Amino acid sequence: MTAAEIRDAILDILHDIAPDEDLSNLKDEVPFREQLELDSMDFLDIVMELRKRYRIQIPEEEYTELSSMSSTVRYLEPRMKGI
Amino acid sequence: MPFDPLENLRDHYDVVVIGGGLGGMTAANALARAGRSVLLAEQHFKLGGLATWFRRRGGHVFDVALHGFPVGMIKSCRRYWSREIADSIVQLKDIRFDNPMFSLSTTFDRQDFTRLLIERFQVPAASVDAFFDAARNMNFYDDQSFTAGQLFEKFFPGRADIVRLLMEPITYANGSTLEDPALTYGIVFSNFMSKGVYTFQGGTDQLIKLMGRELQKSGVDVRTRCSVEKVHVDRGRVRAVTLGGKQVETKAAVSNANLLGTIFHLVGREYWDCQFVEQAEAVRLNNSSTQVYMGLKPGMLIDESQCGDLLFSSTAPEFRTGLLLSRNITSRTFSFYYPKTRPGFDRCAVVASTNANYDDWNKLPKREYEAAKQHLIEDTLNSLERYVPDIRERLDFVEAATPLTFERYTKHLGGSSFGTKFEGLAVSRAMPEQIGGLYHAGSVGIIMSGWLGAVNYGVIVANDVDAYLMKS
Repeated sequence: MTAAEIRDAILDILHDIAPDEDLSNLKDEVPFREQLELDSMDFLDIVMELRKRYRIQIPEEEYTELSSMSSTVRYLEPRMKGI
Repeated sequence: MPFDPLENLRDHYDVVVIGGGLGGMTAANALARAGRSVLLAEQHFKLGGLATWFRRRGGHVFDVALHGFPVGMIKSCRRYWSREIADSIVQLKDIRFDNPMFSLSTTFDRQDFTRLLIERFQVPAASVDAFFDAARNMNFYDDQSFTAGQLFEKFFPGRADIVRLLMEPITYANGSTLEDPALTYGIVFSNFMSKGVYTFQGGTDQLIKLMGRELQKSGVDVRTRCSVEKVHVDRGRVRAVTLGGKQVETKAAVSNANLLGTIFHLVGREYWDCQFVEQAEAVRLNNSSTQVYMGLKPGMLIDESQCGDLLFSSTAPEFRTGLLLSRNITSRTFSFYYPKTRPGFDRCAVVASTNANYDDWNKLPKREYEAAKQHLIEDTLNSLERYVPDIRERLDFVEAATPLTFERYTKHLGGSSFGTKFEGLAVSRAMPEQIGGLYHAGSVGIIMSGWLGAVNYGVIVANDVDAYLMKS
């Protein structure tokens, strides 16, 4: 997957997790938590969805890589190359 | 033909979930939705664990733990269960306190507590904000030696009345005391008190019915009246479980049973390393409870404005956590169930709860035990009479539950109704490091307790299990 495709995939997951949030103005460099009402359970959901949809395994100590859209895409790009 | 809970049981599952409380049900549902084959085995004839209800002659329905839970349940139910379940969650807006120090009504949220603390308790606004912020910012890894009692002393020195306002409901909600780590108070508090107290409209029976339906839809093989007797471990990994005398192979097991019961009874001491056993033996179980269920005659309604939804009532001059456990009861919580709980139903019911020590009840000879139960009922009615003067005339049915009742229905050691103290959380989380594929998602550590704690812990553990299954 390309960076743009990964970004779309994350948006798709976020849309399912936080259906009431408006994601159209999401700023990629700003942490999710500063723009969306996400709690630690929501981040766990992102991890679970990535595993379910793309069989991507993220170890607990690397959950912090998912703090913003740009850091998430950067982290996932090499891991989702073959998908 | 006799009922066979093991009919058509498969030989193999990806995961066996032991116990159908909210934590076990949620873990089972999440794992099945992730594509795993899941067996959910519950020893009782109905799902729900302590999220339960029962019916009695005369058409009475009693809820054991419905009032109330934090707002977070709405989101968790929507995400891990269904929109329909989430949409039935409503706020209880009239929470009352009545004790020798103060009598008041609150919506039980940060805003209203702030108002009360400033106006009634004459605390400067800045101190109130500082307290709420400190409680909100607490984390797992904070200093455990700092206690809830010290936290209150820091922000409201010498104010026993404020301690009572802020602590008494939490003590009833999860059995925690002033001597427990402040962080458990902070975490529960920020979840519980920031946006009020909620309940499920339709009653516990409706909630569990809807959850049961979701489990079917997700493809979970649900078995009630089905007790898991043993978890079999082979070369450090879960291999199978025995239920109803039958062995079923499985790659993973999630225990929603009592923490210590899981370690020492389901698995067995010999499978853990000595250090872990020591750590587990040091875990203190939380206290148990008593409840008195009072069903009113059909059409005999209690005026909502008279009693509110939840009433923390006490005649004790001061709040001390030890006093709440004593069989000489001076403090109790009344949950008022109006017809609005089950729209269309014409009954009112009141459930009085107290915290209790298992040993105070367990050691009684049978006759004394029955007399103590009767005494508990009389005492409760006397107390309720202060709020509903003619309660005895309106009453149609009354029954009491003791720590022994809780033990019988949940199989929890010591009839524990709130799992374990804080140290139980680390032991619960460390289980899979000791035995591959063995997880625990039961009530532990004060914070993973109550309806929301149970549901969320079920999800957290399901995530671990799913990751384990993907690797293996």
